[in-house]
Amino acid sequence: MVKEENESPNRPDNTAFTQQRLPAWQPMLSAGIVIPGFVLIGLAFIGIGVALLITSRNIQVLELDYTGTEQNSPCFQCSDPDKQNCVCTLQFSINRLFEGPVFFYYGLSNYFQNYRRYGVSRDDGQLYGDLSYFKEPYDQCEPYRYDRNKRPIVPCGSVVNSLFNDTFRLFQIVNGQQKEVPLDGKGIAWWTDYNIKFRNPTVTPLRNAFNGTVKPLFWPRPAYELDTSDPANNGFINQDFLVWMRRAALPDFRKLYRRITEGDYTNGLPAGNYSLEIAYNYPVLSFNGRKMVVFSNVSWMGGKNEFLGIAYLVIGTLCVVMSVVMLIVYAKFKFPEEE
Amino acid sequence: MASPEGAAAAKVKLGPRKKKKSKKESKTRSVYANILCEEDDNNPNRQYADNKIKTTKYTVLSFLPKNLFEQFHRFANVYFVFIALLNFVPVVNAFQPELALAPVVFILSVTAIKDLWEDYRRHRSDKEINHMDCLVYSRTERRYVEKFWKEVHVGDFIRLRCNEILPADVLLLSSSDPDRLCHIETATLDGETNLKQRQVVRSFFDLDCDFDPSKYDSVIECEKPNNDLNRFRGYIIHRSGRRDALYKDNLLLRGCTIRNTEEAVGIVIYAGHETKAMLNNNGPRYKRSKLERQMNVDVFWCVIILLVMCSFAAVGHGLWMFQYGDKRPVFDVLSPEGTDLSPVLSAIYLFLTMIIVFQVLIPISLFVSIEIVKICQVYFIHQDAELYDEESDSHLQCRALNITEDLGQMQYIFSDKTGTLTDNKMVFRRCTVAGVEYSHDANARRLAMYQEMDSEEEECPSRGGTLPRRDSVGSHHSVKVVLRSHSTKSHRRTGSRAEAKRASILSKHTAFSSPMEKDITPDPQLMDKVNECGSQMDFMRFHSQPMSQLPSDLGDIMDFFIALTLCNTVVVSSPDQPRHKVRMRFELKSPVKTIEDFIKRFTPSRLTSGSNSSSSSSLTTNRSSTKGCSSMLSSPSADSTLTKLEEEVTAVAVAAHAFSPTPPTYDGKIRNPEGADLRYEAESPDEAALVYAAKAYKCSLVGRLPDQMTVDLPHLGKLNFELLHTLGFDSTRKRMSVVVKHPLTEQITVYTKGADSVIMDLIKSPNTGNSKGKRQKKIIYRTQNYLNQYAADGLRTLCIAKKILSKEEYACWLQRHLEAETAIQGREELLFESALRLETNLQLLGATGIEDRLQDGVPETIDALRKAGLQIWVLTGDKQETAVNIAYACKLLDPEEEILTLNADSMEACSLLLEESLHYIQAKFLCGSAKSFHADFAPFHIYPSPPPPPPPPRHWSSSHAAVHRLGLVIDGRTLAYALDRTLEDKFLAVARSCRSVLCCRSTPLQKSMVVKLVRNKLKVMTLAIGDGANDVSMIQVADVGVGISGQEGMQAVMASDFALPRFRNLQKLLLVHGHWCYSRLANMILYFFYKNAMFVALIFWYQFYCGFSGSAMIDQWYLIFFNLMFSAFPQLITGTLDKDVSAQTLQQLPQLYINGQNSEEYKPYMFWMNMIDAFYQSLVCFFIPYFAYADSDVDLFTWGTPVTTIAVFTILLHLGVETKTWTWMNLLSICFSVALFFTVALCYNASCPTCYSPSNPYWTMQRLLQDPTFYLLCLITPAAALLPRYFYRACQGTIFPSPVQVGRRLDRLPAKNPHGNILSLSGIQTGARPDPERKFSVAKDPRRPREESQRPDASLSVRIELPPEGGVKYTKNSQERLSVG
Repeated sequence: MVKEENESPNRPDNTAFTQQRLPAWQPMLSAGIVIPGFVLIGLAFIGIGVALLITSRNIQVLELDYTGTEQNSPCFQCSDPDKQNCVCTLQFSINRLFEGPVFFYYGLSNYFQNYRRYGVSRDDGQLYGDLSYFKEPYDQCEPYRYDRNKRPIVPCGSVVNSLFNDTFRLFQIVNGQQKEVPLDGKGIAWWTDYNIKFRNPTVTPLRNAFNGTVKPLFWPRPAYELDTSDPANNGFINQDFLVWMRRAALPDFRKLYRRITEGDYTNGLPAGNYSLEIAYNYPVLSFNGRKMVVFSNVSWMGGKNEFLGIAYLVIGTLCVVMSVVMLIVYAKFKFPEEE
Repeated sequence: MASPEGAAAAKVKLGPRKKKKSKKESKTRSVYANILCEEDDNNPNRQYADNKIKTTKYTVLSFLPKNLFEQFHRFANVYFVFIALLNFVPVVNAFQPELALAPVVFILSVTAIKDLWEDYRRHRSDKEINHMDCLVYSRTERRYVEKFWKEVHVGDFIRLRCNEILPADVLLLSSSDPDRLCHIETATLDGETNLKQRQVVRSFFDLDCDFDPSKYDSVIECEKPNNDLNRFRGYIIHRSGRRDALYKDNLLLRGCTIRNTEEAVGIVIYAGHETKAMLNNNGPRYKRSKLERQMNVDVFWCVIILLVMCSFAAVGHGLWMFQYGDKRPVFDVLSPEGTDLSPVLSAIYLFLTMIIVFQVLIPISLFVSIEIVKICQVYFIHQDAELYDEESDSHLQCRALNITEDLGQMQYIFSDKTGTLTDNKMVFRRCTVAGVEYSHDANARRLAMYQEMDSEEEECPSRGGTLPRRDSVGSHHSVKVVLRSHSTKSHRRTGSRAEAKRASILSKHTAFSSPMEKDITPDPQLMDKVNECGSQMDFMRFHSQPMSQLPSDLGDIMDFFIALTLCNTVVVSSPDQPRHKVRMRFELKSPVKTIEDFIKRFTPSRLTSGSNSSSSSSLTTNRSSTKGCSSMLSSPSADSTLTKLEEEVTAVAVAAHAFSPTPPTYDGKIRNPEGADLRYEAESPDEAALVYAAKAYKCSLVGRLPDQMTVDLPHLGKLNFELLHTLGFDSTRKRMSVVVKHPLTEQITVYTKGADSVIMDLIKSPNTGNSKGKRQKKIIYRTQNYLNQYAADGLRTLCIAKKILSKEEYACWLQRHLEAETAIQGREELLFESALRLETNLQLLGATGIEDRLQDGVPETIDALRKAGLQIWVLTGDKQETAVNIAYACKLLDPEEEILTLNADSMEACSLLLEESLHYIQAKFLCGSAKSFHADFAPFHIYPSPPPPPPPPRHWSSSHAAVHRLGLVIDGRTLAYALDRTLEDKFLAVARSCRSVLCCRSTPLQKSMVVKLVRNKLKVMTLAIGDGANDVSMIQVADVGVGISGQEGMQAVMASDFALPRFRNLQKLLLVHGHWCYSRLANMILYFFYKNAMFVALIFWYQFYCGFSGSAMIDQWYLIFFNLMFSAFPQLITGTLDKDVSAQTLQQLPQLYINGQNSEEYKPYMFWMNMIDAFYQSLVCFFIPYFAYADSDVDLFTWGTPVTTIAVFTILLHLGVETKTWTWMNLLSICFSVALFFTVALCYNASCPTCYSPSNPYWTMQRLLQDPTFYLLCLITPAAALLPRYFYRACQGTIFPSPVQVGRRLDRLPAKNPHGNILSLSGIQTGARPDPERKFSVAKDPRRPREESQRPDASLSVRIELPPEGGVKYTKNSQERLSVG
């Protein structure tokens, strides 16, 4: 054989690959194979769908709109944009134990955090604690880069500037007395955010790092005073700030505000009356937005969402239906030859 | 030799040529010897290009700018650069500008690297060539010294040794050959392996001692460099003022190899890039395939879709901005100046941004991917063992890399006959001499035996025969190794396979004919006559009787065989020493009678030039003066010539009486010529066939010298024929002649051999007055009859004639001829006229019938191709009868078929004929159209394509609705009229309703005109296949040109897109590779469009949720690398390896080819179907995550990444659904893509927490992988997205399978009895009946496994057989000739 190959230098290699004879499997899309497959897949999907649906049904959600555009809303007077430092209180009651851990969200609708030019208007270098960007912020931050006096804005940019600044306090009304529900503001942002992605400059005290800079235009307080209660939760690693910086995917979104995990509320919110004290600051009327707070507990698959379960059920059912259709087709076109 | 030059030649484009030439020498080039001048500026040759070649395109410095410049000629590249640059404009940018450059830079650099690599290879081969050695005469050292090729200059003297490759175009000044010849092999130039003779320049012809360059002082004036290999004109001016003409026979071309000549010396005339070989190098051809043209339309549509989407988004954005009015939302961003952007302005900015975001829709990598896939396809076609021809050790060559898929869409095949359908292996079959036919029955039986052997050989497995053959292989092995250095390859075919094996050992080195061509069994009757004739002549010679007393029929027989032996250009060689021609001077034995006679031989009558032409033309009248003339030659060695002459003369005197049939023994160098098996190498195979035929009758050519041919005749022994002139064959004259001096009769005789049509016209009309004349007339009449008979048997006919010239006639002709030979202007024309003057009033000797055997498998191939819906036209230069018979033999014409023969003598007649034919066809077939359908033939008619009827622009329905069982035969003259603008439509109307068309006696130009006409008028895909130079124009005109790398040189191959070893390979090339390439590429292109549209649409839907702001939830990295990385490999693998139907089934069911002809894999509506599917799938992929993550705190990229992942899964699984055959490579590539996506995502998401603004997806993927919802989404979404397509495919496979799917099902049948199953399916009806629904019903067969679909009502496919219309042949030929001509 070797000899022969020597004789014919041009002879092509006789391998399965070069001769295109690789062992191959041909999936035949014919009813005979497809029907059982469809039935199996369909049944599996239905099973998953049922499980998802049950899980989702077990999740409790409470949504409270406090935009205040309606006359009867407790926050109606606060919705006036000219009103400063307005506080309104929302009363609500819970019929049965709201199982813990309860997540406390605030929600905005019609708010385009995914607006492209809004999204790019930030300076990751600044937020990483790099002091060089304090002097000269990233040019994408325009027009929130320098103030009128050409002093750099730190942190700069549109996302930062529009930080959500409503604050909430939750009270349980026990025997007519307001009992404050402790809200846990730790761990509401991604761990990677406050440990890796965002950093304060290594300057102590922190405020010195901000010398020569100005706070964002809309902010009442500079970045190093975001959380007066906890010095470690200030600057760029303030968790509320981090939650806000993680831009929402869709115009109707909610963001985690606090978790209710402490004290008497470890097991959740007991049935009863509650009042929510809202420091109403954030203007939403200019874009017809709405604000709300949401209490929810979560399952292994996240918050309440029946869609996925329904989707599985629908697709699973479709598969089964199709297999029936195929069966009919098969019966009509195939069986005469089946013997 | 497959020299590096050869390798380079294929790719070389002309490098820069120096244009420093001064204006005054605009017409000619003067070359002086370099040794006369200093090597400085005074050298008159310095302005000519030196021998250094540079075929590279780039230098180190120029690479980048030049390559980029070239790449930007491609519009797509400019577009993508434009988009990338758009990203640098802050107001509109969408991505990180640097990142946006990535794809363009990637594509550009891939191409640049490819170019660089190619250029580097060229550079390497250039370097290798430039550094080859040769001997150049050094002025200072006064001897030849080794120099590199690149150091050779025009005007240098170089010494060439045997087997050396010529470094430049060299004028031959001296040769060690006693005949002053130099043999060269031109295989690298034209692929012809036979040796060519070149002559030393006439003035140096008589140099006896070695050529001394230092004494050379002549000037050469020649034409400027040009690329015509067959032309060289000029003259050499000696110091004495004498001018000698130079011919192409004096020029040795660069790249050729010196053979059989120990040493030659020449002066370089053209060097480097100005050599003819280099001027002949053209770059590879660029053609655009039909599929690509179609694709470009859809790329255009993609641009439209892109613009629509962008405009939509821009308007949407404008409105979105507008709705806020003066109320400025907190998330709004002011312009950098702090002012509000007007909605209109931001809409305009957004339009540009969207173009960047949606750029993926225009597939940047599509062009690159197509190129890669095509290269892979070419590789596989190359590698196909079935397209490999063992005998010639050649395989298919793809010379055009970018039209592989066109092979799958052919509709018309135009084929040459000789050498393409036939073997061009000429076998002597029978002959007629002096009006008597010799049927050679035994010979016919022998040929039949070879055929049987062939089939037997093929049946027994090849391995069986290896053992006995081995020793022969071994024994020849050493010989082979030694001879490898000659490395000449033969393309000669040999008889049977076993034969081929054995012969191939030798034929590697020499172009020997196979035994089938050589061993001719003589006809006993003729043999007797030859013997008788020989003995009589011997007797007469012995008794000094004049030869004219010989009975005229015997004389004719002898003349006939002498003509066969002499009238050719065959080179004789012996097998023990391949390539060393037998050189024997038989002058010592020849019947030299006088010294005068001897001197005459040395008189350079043919070779003298103008200065002494007077003396040579007076050859006959003033013989004695020639001696004086010859000694008056200006060459320094005249004296030595004389002494040599005298020596020989004395030798002759001694040996004058020693003439005997046996060779003299004193010459030790001479091998015994009888014992040696002589081999003949001929330029055309029929020449060799005739010489072998003569040899069978003991009239063998034993030696050939430029001025003398030695023939061994029965009883007479060896005779020397003094060869006075050879008037070579040309296609206009269609004949060749030799002028010889007959040694026995002392007469100057002209032997002419040529096509019967021309020779018959040149025959001297016999004087019917005497008996001789009557006999002549009878001979002519009978010969004509036999010729017709031969032609009817499909033999090639040649007529042999002779003419005896009186000395006066000869002298008269010679004078004019010499004038012609020495003319510098219009020499060719003058020589042509001179030949015409000579070849008149011939005397007919006889005619031969040579069989041009059909190649193996030609009828089967034609049958299969026809079943595949291909129309086959044969265009040949052969005569009508021969062509028709070959057509019958190869099943092109069917005996049951009616044949329309068109022969007309005038335009009007032709028009009438066409009209009448049309009427006839209409009358006969249109009314009884139902009857005209034939089951075998079904694919030709309405082949119902899927729902929408085939679009009218292709003239499909019209051109194919009525193909009848009709054959059309048209001859060249009629064709010329038919191709006229006024008649071409009618001609086409007739021709396309015929099943087969045969054009005979057509010129190369007509061939190309026919192809062009069909291609342009019918808008069909055409393929031209041919093997000879006469097919080149047709090959170039056709959509796909195929060359047969046969024996007629390489011109056809050089012009072709694909070169095949045999005609039968066409079947697999078209039916299998063509089908595959087409279906693979078509599917890949559609997939590409789908893929990009689907991906981009995701972002488009998102615009509705982000205020049409150009925001993308898909990270810019994924968006940009999606095409380049994540989805690139599987489609390439599928595009390269996918097989919709197995090769076996494709070949057994040629009907499946119609799939490609009708472009069924890629129809315009399919693009839109794919687009719709893409939009549907993207909707699913968008909205399932949308609703799944609604009301959650998901952030932009944590939501976008699952969308991306799902899209990647869906796209890959979509490919999986569309993949017809899964191999481990498909699986691997898909797994690899998924793995690559996750790896890149994980790495990307884990690197650099602050980079990649604005997306900054740090740790996103890592978190997603911990989220069960992500997995649930990845499961449900692709399933939902692909469900409809999968369902459709499943139903299609069951309810309305396409022919291809049925074919695929055949593949899956158990292999036990595949043949039976195939047979059961071969009754497949592809729409013979008008019911379009039932286009592919399948014959019922009990063996058929269950999967076969069959409608109960359409139970059996019916083979509608027409009753044979025996006898109703409608042959217009004779009637029309009478009535119209």
